[in-house]
Amino acid sequence: MHKLNLAQLSKALADKSFSSVELTEHYLARIKKLDANFNSYISVTETQALAAAARADKTIAAGGSQPLCGIPLAQKDIFCTAGVRTSCGSRMLDNFIPPYNATVVEKCNDAGLVMLGKTNMDEFAMGSSNENSFYGPVRNPWAEDCVPGGSSGGSAAAVAARLAPAATGTDTGGSIRQPAALCGLTGLKPTYGRVSRYGMIAFASSLDQGGPMTRTAADAALLLQVMAGFDVKDSTSIDAPVPDYSATLNDSLDGLRLGVPKQYFGAGLHPGIARSVEYAIKEYEKLGARVSEISLPHSHLAVPAYYVIAPAECSTNLSRFDGVRYGHRCEHPKDLHDMYTRTRGEGFGDEVKRRILVGTYALSAGYYDAYYRKAQQIRRLIKQDFVQAFAAVDMIIGPTSPSPAFKLGEKTSDPVTMYLEDIYTIASNLAGLPAISVPTGMVDEKPVGLQLTGNYMQEGALLNAAHMYQQATDWHQHCAPISEEHS
Amino acid sequence: MSVSRSDIEKIAELARLRLEEHTLAEVTQSITDILALVDQMQAVDTKDIEPMANPQDATQRLRADVVTEPNQRAAFQAIAPAVEAGLYLVPKVIE
Repeated sequence: MHKLNLAQLSKALADKSFSSVELTEHYLARIKKLDANFNSYISVTETQALAAAARADKTIAAGGSQPLCGIPLAQKDIFCTAGVRTSCGSRMLDNFIPPYNATVVEKCNDAGLVMLGKTNMDEFAMGSSNENSFYGPVRNPWAEDCVPGGSSGGSAAAVAARLAPAATGTDTGGSIRQPAALCGLTGLKPTYGRVSRYGMIAFASSLDQGGPMTRTAADAALLLQVMAGFDVKDSTSIDAPVPDYSATLNDSLDGLRLGVPKQYFGAGLHPGIARSVEYAIKEYEKLGARVSEISLPHSHLAVPAYYVIAPAECSTNLSRFDGVRYGHRCEHPKDLHDMYTRTRGEGFGDEVKRRILVGTYALSAGYYDAYYRKAQQIRRLIKQDFVQAFAAVDMIIGPTSPSPAFKLGEKTSDPVTMYLEDIYTIASNLAGLPAISVPTGMVDEKPVGLQLTGNYMQEGALLNAAHMYQQATDWHQHCAPISEEHS
Repeated sequence: MSVSRSDIEKIAELARLRLEEHTLAEVTQSITDILALVDQMQAVDTKDIEPMANPQDATQRLRADVVTEPNQRAAFQAIAPAVEAGLYLVPKVIE
């Protein structure tokens, strides 16, 4: 059962080949048997999952159920789940049981998806290796001594090890796309505002965006269909109808104008990944795409601007964790000041503290213009690069990450080296553009991804381009060795 | 721009963040490294460029000023570290 994709599962459930309860039991058994190797789940919600599966079976039996009804799903532990601990990978929220559901969770539940549990992640989504989790690192199913990427590393590992058919993720600077690339998955970061941020614990509010992490582009289309849409509870939600993403998957790519940014193939890119992306570009030409070189002249400033904007927003957002209303509180505070500083000192890990400090510095009196205002100006220059590029091309193609999965501990001692993992993904967050990572080969026996970036609201076109590539190639069908194991 | 250990202590105080004494040297070094990365921005002339806060320059949507949410105090306070009679308890502030 764990070999089937979402469309196949949907059909099998409709045909009564097996029930949602049987399917859910199968996945729960796999998690029990195998997840000790990967640590991809922080919480497994067995009781709730089986109850939801039983409800889904009734809905399916009654007829007229939605396409994903009865299919198990893993939720990143950043989405609030009513009555189920939502830790965000942090000691600060180790005891936090939200009184409400995130809109994404609500939508998934309404569609009949069965939540298996909450997946591991870098603390407050800050990281590119999943080594910043209070619950320990996640291991890559393709190579257990390697990281799965981050911050949605648990979601990526769970899907790659076939411990969930699909998962949700969030992406502030590459946190869906980079782990998708490192684990051989398809991962889509939608346009900023396409998926509601309500109940998604905030890291950098002007950059954060939820999206699907799946085996194929067709699966991503099905899951995005459920996740996307206007939400009055998110003040930055885009009020536009959600198109039928599956309906356009097979559209011809004849005449598609693909732009290749010359800045994305310079020093720092693993030559094996460069070759894999060049191979992908040739495949797209065979599919009818017209390829041309483009320039994104400010792309080298994306990482520097991001490491002002994201920490600034993080320091503001995380000021809410004060030990008063929910979450961790230190023992025996001697006064209010002691309670704040010790609660936060104990509750946050090293990387979160670093970013709070950088953000506080950038926003402090005397430094605001030199850092925050400057970064916001550069953000506009980066957006203008894309606006200019999209006047000449429909889509931009390049690598997702500069290297394949690296060893656990390899980059933890130097934050700046770790930050450069997201060198190709950050710009689309700054500009608010949709982008997708698609498996495109193996380097050092580990999967690597190509990234397609589209214009605003062009998720359908990205999924179409990714799907057509997956019809012509089979990289997305390569499985991590462990995923073949039966349970 | 390099930061000193005392700068870090000052920022940590502003952020209400207790740092362990033995981590200060390492934290100072890593913040200095991050600011060196960030300082690449200073090489670019951004005169007359309007700062951008929202990717699509959207502004906050306002709603009508009417009550829409029911009071859920009991549910919200059920997860608080310390409450009494509907109030959140914190250490004594005024002697």
